[in-house]
Amino acid sequence: SSWWSHVEMGPPDPILGVTEAYKRDTNSKKMNLGVGAYRDDNGKPYVLNCVRKAEAMIASKKMDKEYLPIGGLADFTRASAELALGENSEAFKSGRYVTVQGISGTGSLRIGANFLQRFFKASRDVYLPKPSWGNHTPIFRDAGMQLQAYRYYDPKTCSLDFSGAMEDISKIPEKSIILLHACAHNPTGVDPRQEQWKELAAIVKKRNLLVYFDMAYQGFASGDINRDAWAVRYFIEQGINIVLSQSFAKNMGLYGERAGAFTVICSDADEAKRVESQLKILIRPMYSNPPVNGARIASMILNTPDLRKEWLTEVKGMADRIISMRTQLVSNLKKEGSSHNWQHITDQIGMFCFTGLKPEQVERLIKEFSVYMTKDGRISVAGVTSGNVGYLAHAIHQVTK
Amino acid sequence: AYRTDEGQPWVLPVVKKVEQMIANDNSLNHEYLPILGLPEFRANASRIALGDDSPAIKENRVGSVQSLGGTGALRIGAEFLRRWYNGNNNTATPVYVSAPSWENHNSVFMDAGFKDIRTYHYWDAAKRGLDLQGLLNDMEHAPEFSIFILHACAHNPTGTDPTPEQWKQIAAVMKRRSLFPFFDSAYQGFASGSLEKDAWAVRYFVSEGFELFCAQSFSKNFGLYNERVGNLTVVGKDADNVQRVLSQMEKIVRTTWSNPPSQGARIVATTLSSPQLFDEWKGNVKTMADRVLLMRSELRSRLEALGTPGTWNHITEQIGMFSFTGLNPKQVEYMIKEKHIYLMASGRINMCGLTTKNLDYVAKSIHEAVTKIQ
Repeated sequence: SSWWSHVEMGPPDPILGVTEAYKRDTNSKKMNLGVGAYRDDNGKPYVLNCVRKAEAMIASKKMDKEYLPIGGLADFTRASAELALGENSEAFKSGRYVTVQGISGTGSLRIGANFLQRFFKASRDVYLPKPSWGNHTPIFRDAGMQLQAYRYYDPKTCSLDFSGAMEDISKIPEKSIILLHACAHNPTGVDPRQEQWKELAAIVKKRNLLVYFDMAYQGFASGDINRDAWAVRYFIEQGINIVLSQSFAKNMGLYGERAGAFTVICSDADEAKRVESQLKILIRPMYSNPPVNGARIASMILNTPDLRKEWLTEVKGMADRIISMRTQLVSNLKKEGSSHNWQHITDQIGMFCFTGLKPEQVERLIKEFSVYMTKDGRISVAGVTSGNVGYLAHAIHQVTK
Repeated sequence: AYRTDEGQPWVLPVVKKVEQMIANDNSLNHEYLPILGLPEFRANASRIALGDDSPAIKENRVGSVQSLGGTGALRIGAEFLRRWYNGNNNTATPVYVSAPSWENHNSVFMDAGFKDIRTYHYWDAAKRGLDLQGLLNDMEHAPEFSIFILHACAHNPTGTDPTPEQWKQIAAVMKRRSLFPFFDSAYQGFASGSLEKDAWAVRYFVSEGFELFCAQSFSKNFGLYNERVGNLTVVGKDADNVQRVLSQMEKIVRTTWSNPPSQGARIVATTLSSPQLFDEWKGNVKTMADRVLLMRSELRSRLEALGTPGTWNHITEQIGMFSFTGLNPKQVEYMIKEKHIYLMASGRINMCGLTTKNLDYVAKSIHEAVTKIQ
């Protein structure tokens, strides 16, 4: 007999399931809109030029493979903080922050979650927007926190339920933790406008909530890194000492290299040092120290003026292609003769779009048209190309007319 | 970390070659790996630990989880055991760590949620060797189903390993008392220069029918320290059990790091799956192991030539990167303050720090410390 007889089979990952089914499909017109990775207009993965250049530069330096410090590559963490906070940020310049390298967005979120579990004694409750990225809930749960929700997405309008969000947030018990998507909300693509962010900042301040920002798409949402970080920077300027998780998976295309960072804005540099020491104590029994490759590439890009410039152009290029696909999808739907209001497709931002399609309609799209997406009607706009946007519009019109 | 005779870090020549191959391969990109890691890496890594002819592999009852170094593999294994071993979420299951051990072992299992972490006798300071009786005694009296962290080879920090005969005795007790073996294998190949020899204990346990975990690190034997290349090998009773275990480990990975870093795994997978590169790698590993073995024998012969009080055969009987010299804290302080030789208060030295240039100085300094300080 085995020690593991009672171990249940884990449920299959819903998003992976989409890709598996897609792979098995033999229809030449098939489309994978479940993929959470950018694709170029030929539907291929895109390795950024600045990444290739950075890799060549790194190779020529012939560096050794000695362990990184527990907190990661210093040039990377400093550059990550500066990218998020802005070079003129008082918090950045005064050094009242600590940034540690994390295993992309997930690893950074998890470090933060564990840190809060251990040191934020005021509450166990983390408030997520409804809906949120599917992995947020298990990350915080495994870290020992409890999950709550605030209204966010309005399925009737396919946009932000701002009054619902404000109402719910105003009732959150003081000193709870609230998680906000900095830009390009996943999975809805619905972001607050700047005036709305201002109101959100005021209410979380009033409720004395600890703000946890998840920024996985800086630059990738609007094409402008400063614009995408506006909410993060505004909150800090309002005196809200946030914690922040960053990912370079999408905006630098470094997915499998796992480049990310976790930041805590502190009262002063001394507090930052103490927080850093505790973060290291959390990281060491998880994986000792982080992987170098992605961090080195990201650091090279952020810290080399020419490469940084090229990166900004390339990330804008990716964002622009996504925005153009949104526009083309809407115009193609009109051409198909759809009478529905598809404005939300262009109002939403980032990689994902909540189409508003119902599960039965999604099922038909999969079965009849080989267009694959998750049951909630979420599509990855990154999977749309000028070559297949017409087919997609046609398919959507067929199941919604 | 390993150092050359010039006291420098060493990127293995085979690694440099493979990195160049990877850099020149324009078909490669930076897409996400699967949650459990690069398939070619996982299969090859477990094959290295268990052997090409492993019955467990043939019987399809081996699973692998690519992890962030050996630490990451330990953590995934520990998290899984806390959730699924000896009941559900049984945080009271005792976890036994050798006295002494790598200090991070405690933290890994504690942060994974285990509440009862104990030590088992291991190092006998008086005779400077393995306290086998103490070890076996602890196993006899450990609660049934306790988890034991075993160092597969090159015990850290003592450098003292059980002999094959002693491993057989350990396995017999563990089988009889239903204790769970969790191997930590951070030095396969690096210890003796032979992959097979350094994996003997793990393979013996498998041949004895144990279900076990083995956390593997490729930091030292591939010199890939900062790429964080590790693998958790799971050996189960049958394929069905292993499949369910892996499906649950996938859930744990998903909330810890989602999917592992690709660069280091690619290097290892490419090397292990090419007969030519594999041979080249084994040669590089032997180079490192041989240098350490040479430093051990050179240090011992110098101490014996100097007539340094005490016996020094433990220097060559111990194996791997570290050696428990037997120096006491006062003597260690003398080494640090007066001779500027840095070692741990436990008397542990890193053999990789020795070079042909500093052997004489180190030997003389140990001699002074032992004769001047009691």
